[in-house]
Amino acid sequence: MKIVVGEGSCGIASGAKKTEIELRKQLKEKGLEADVQIAGCVGTCYLEPIVDIYDDGGELTRYVKVKADDVSKIVDSHVAKGEPVKEMAISEEDGKFVGTQKRIVLRNAGVINPEDIDEYIARGGYKALESVMANKDPEEVIEEIKIAGLRGRGGAGFPTWFKWNAAKGNAGKDKYVICNADEGDPGAFMDRSVLEGDPHSVIEGMIIGGYAMGSNKGVIYCRAEYPLAIKRIQKAIDQAHERGFLGKGLFGHKYNFDIQIKAGAGAFVCGEETAMIASLEGERGMPRLKPPFPAAKGFWQQPTNINNVETWANVPWIFQNGGEAFAAMGKGPSKGTKVFALAGKIKKGGLVEVPMGMPIRDIIFGIGGGIKNDKKFKAVQMGGPSGGCIPAELIDTPVTYEDITKTGAIVGSGGMIVMDEDTCMVDMARYFLDFTRKESCGKCNYCRIGTKRMLEILERITRGEGKDGDIELLEELAAKIKDGAMCGLGQTAPNPVLTTLKYFRNEYEDHIYKKKCTAKSCRALIKYEITDKCVGCTMCAKKCPVDAISGSPKGQHVIDQAKCIKCGRCKETCKFNAITVD
Amino acid sequence: MSETKCDCTGSRAEKYKELAAVMKEEGKKPGTLIHLLQKAQEFYGYLSPDVINYISEETGIKPAKIYGVATFYAQFRMEPIGKYLIMLCKGTACHVNGADQIEESVCEYLGIESGETTEDGIFTLNTVACLGCCSLAPVMMVKSDDGDETYGNLTKDSVCDILDGIRKNAQEVAK
Repeated sequence: MKIVVGEGSCGIASGAKKTEIELRKQLKEKGLEADVQIAGCVGTCYLEPIVDIYDDGGELTRYVKVKADDVSKIVDSHVAKGEPVKEMAISEEDGKFVGTQKRIVLRNAGVINPEDIDEYIARGGYKALESVMANKDPEEVIEEIKIAGLRGRGGAGFPTWFKWNAAKGNAGKDKYVICNADEGDPGAFMDRSVLEGDPHSVIEGMIIGGYAMGSNKGVIYCRAEYPLAIKRIQKAIDQAHERGFLGKGLFGHKYNFDIQIKAGAGAFVCGEETAMIASLEGERGMPRLKPPFPAAKGFWQQPTNINNVETWANVPWIFQNGGEAFAAMGKGPSKGTKVFALAGKIKKGGLVEVPMGMPIRDIIFGIGGGIKNDKKFKAVQMGGPSGGCIPAELIDTPVTYEDITKTGAIVGSGGMIVMDEDTCMVDMARYFLDFTRKESCGKCNYCRIGTKRMLEILERITRGEGKDGDIELLEELAAKIKDGAMCGLGQTAPNPVLTTLKYFRNEYEDHIYKKKCTAKSCRALIKYEITDKCVGCTMCAKKCPVDAISGSPKGQHVIDQAKCIKCGRCKETCKFNAITVD
Repeated sequence: MSETKCDCTGSRAEKYKELAAVMKEEGKKPGTLIHLLQKAQEFYGYLSPDVINYISEETGIKPAKIYGVATFYAQFRMEPIGKYLIMLCKGTACHVNGADQIEESVCEYLGIESGETTEDGIFTLNTVACLGCCSLAPVMMVKSDDGDETYGNLTKDSVCDILDGIRKNAQEVAK
């Protein structure tokens, strides 16, 4: 019997480590034998911690939300007597979350032990590399990627073969292959999950890429906020070395390749290629003008190719299954699958990998189960600070680079933050501008000053001090920043404002002219009041942090509007639904 | 950054012997500055002017430049921190699920603002862009010598209960 505990960062945050410790302890105490392993994240984050039990016949039972306290039940029944605990196993409904996906990038995540190279090899790992090196010359490798139609999964969707070909064509003393694991987009966590759950697929992809481009040096630039990912990649690199997949003379050929990890230090702009290169060189992570492109002059002025984690993880699959199989999935020029990080006001949040071209509706309502507490779906934010909000009326938009860009958002790295009727769109725009303003490196004026001015206007509007002309001023600033900023960060920074203005202009107008926040979220524009439903239980008065509520027991209470800070605790506390917010 | 020379480099090498070992191995390689700063912070909790000067002397990189790099990145701290570092996530998913209210609750409970340390030296509060545990939003990570612990699905009340537990535990240990 094999027992696998899902231990990605989110699983551990839900208590998976404690579950594993308890499991090992109980097995020992009860004298039972089982092979306890760990795995990465399977993607059903809302069901963590997850424990998979494989019976000797290979049959899988998946237990969900297994806290340390729940372990004894499973051990006593399933492990000891071979009787699965049905009520704790995943429901048929939840089983569909993974069942309806098409998993290529996530093919091994949550299935194999990421710290054991043999498990990766047992699932066909490093076979693609072996066959590439035996049967294909570098041109043929690039041709296969071209047939597959693989495009950069980090945001821009640039054809991967083209970048590889450019780097291949440029000679230098050294040549670098870089994996961009600086997943800075708040709300996206697929790269973390791949690195934590299946690091070898990224390493194998990089070696194949290195071989095609004639590079001997790989670098993984991983953000420092992902300590577990860094630990697991390092382990994977060491193991790959031991097996001869990295190092000198791979598979008996005259080809050498090695990979080192560099930890980022917390700067969103370092996801931009030239900023990342500056950071790798130990400098402030500031972008520079292109050209020259990194393919010509990159890391240490040498030809450099940068692809993101998800792109690299696709590569071994393509060579195992053929470029045509990859290209058979998707829609139009957007081939293959894309991983999305589904979060926000969604019932079933987690990682979702689907063929490109699936309508957003099928992802949010099909796989994600719809909106939390069955509220009304308002919009989905895609592409993070560089992207935009796609409104409910465009929910049937297929997820392809082309279709999403048409809406004003971008596919980006694949963050999908779902918003309901309680989310204020002006506040969302303010949130993203606050982010880009903080993360602007400060090199060019349009970005440094422009984002600050836009933020100030948005703050004013959400404070209830918006004035006539603010919307037009925002539009003017947005257009100038888009034109004038030097790098992608600045050029895309106005997108969250532009898309919300495009689809939710009425909310801006309500804030400015009617001093009203329809989502009832901007504090300066709302008012809490106690209605005659109040029975005088005094709970709200006790909970109020500023003593703004008064009234005698059993009598209707009143809120002193001058004192009220609009924290909303009274409304949360009231059991009689007697507090309104308007 | 007033002093440029310490009383004696030899004693600094002794004082920062963990860092000295790292520098001996990697200090002269190009492009390792960020790595050295990360190590220094890992060993000593924050980047003091003295440590920056020491790195400068060993690597030949000017203190002003080191300072420039250190202040560019969110990871580096120039002040000592409390025993427990609270990293409160303000990512998009957390924002949508009420991270602002959680922050307000934490600030109220601790009596400090983001970036500050409590008087008893137990907590430092930092807000971070995204911890990548979006499905558990709102989330915070508490870092200490005992390791990192992540707490998800926070509410205004649960976050205070968690911090209260940590504080009591810390006071208990101190006794």
